[in-house]
Amino acid sequence: MALKAKAKVDHIDINTSWCKGCGICIGMCPTQVLEFDERFKARVAHLEKCINCKLCELLCPELAVSVEEAENE
Amino acid sequence: MSLQNIKKYLRKDMFPHIWCPGCGNGIIMASLLRAIDALALDPDKVVVVSGIGCSGRISGYLDFNTVHTTHGRALAYATGIKLANPELTVIVAMGDGDGSAIGGNHLIHAARRNIDLTAILFNNSIYGMTGGQFSPLTPFEKRASTAPYGNVDHPFDLAPLVKSAGASFVARTTTFHVFNLQKYLERGIKKKGFSFIEVITGCPTFYGRYNKIGEGLDMIKYQKEHSITYDRAKNLSEEELADKIVVGVFQDIEKPEYISEYEKIIEREHHE
Repeated sequence: MALKAKAKVDHIDINTSWCKGCGICIGMCPTQVLEFDERFKARVAHLEKCINCKLCELLCPELAVSVEEAENE
Repeated sequence: MSLQNIKKYLRKDMFPHIWCPGCGNGIIMASLLRAIDALALDPDKVVVVSGIGCSGRISGYLDFNTVHTTHGRALAYATGIKLANPELTVIVAMGDGDGSAIGGNHLIHAARRNIDLTAILFNNSIYGMTGGQFSPLTPFEKRASTAPYGNVDHPFDLAPLVKSAGASFVARTTTFHVFNLQKYLERGIKKKGFSFIEVITGCPTFYGRYNKIGEGLDMIKYQKEHSITYDRAKNLSEEELADKIVVGVFQDIEKPEYISEYEKIIEREHHE
């Protein structure tokens, strides 16, 4: 079985009304894509570093982070 | 496997949920929804039964048939639901105080009966909702509001207990191991017989604070650093395993299930 190349990430959607700013997504991200904003909620800072591992989405206890992949042509 | 796929199972007007920032219960809830989505279960045929405690709140957030029952008796209600309508998929969510203290007998007897339920035990090692009292799963010498100098009781090793009580599928994992968590939940739901999945989750408000582990993120890192697989733990001594979390599948066997045995008796007696 050949390894499937991961799709490119289009954007990371953060539902700030559900986010409680626990920082799990920020701390667990292997490439430091996310950071705190001025209200101590998660914000996307460096989308170009994202490797589409989806740890932020899987580990978010608030179901507030969603990694949206680019449409495959 | 996207968030949009599982949002349809939520009662969105109840969000954001009441669990504290950094609490792992939401990670377990999301994993459960991913498992249900991957198995393509009919939402009208899924029942989520929960007890009392922080974990008991899960029944309010999920858009299945849900029952929020009395303290410790979630398994008793679930047994009744499953017997009344065996075609339902019944998932039971319990906390550690709920499942191992007041509901401890229900747990071992449901396992002994081997009835086709999936029990998920949210083990945050403390009574979170009532103010951080120690529970039967608080590790030895760890602090709680009612054990300010350290817990003198030894905790239950719950997964082996349920295994020896006779469950078909027993696994333990943590909220850090989200991929395993979803996989075990899928295997547990598919299993014909009693499935028990113990999930170690962080309580940053009480357990993390009293034991100086830190906030939600630090508790997830703690779980990562202190976990050891079931196969590796076999060769280690008790001292080496003192502050380790043994994760993995403890039991996965096929054995006669309660409801199918019950139906066999009804069929046999009716034919005579």
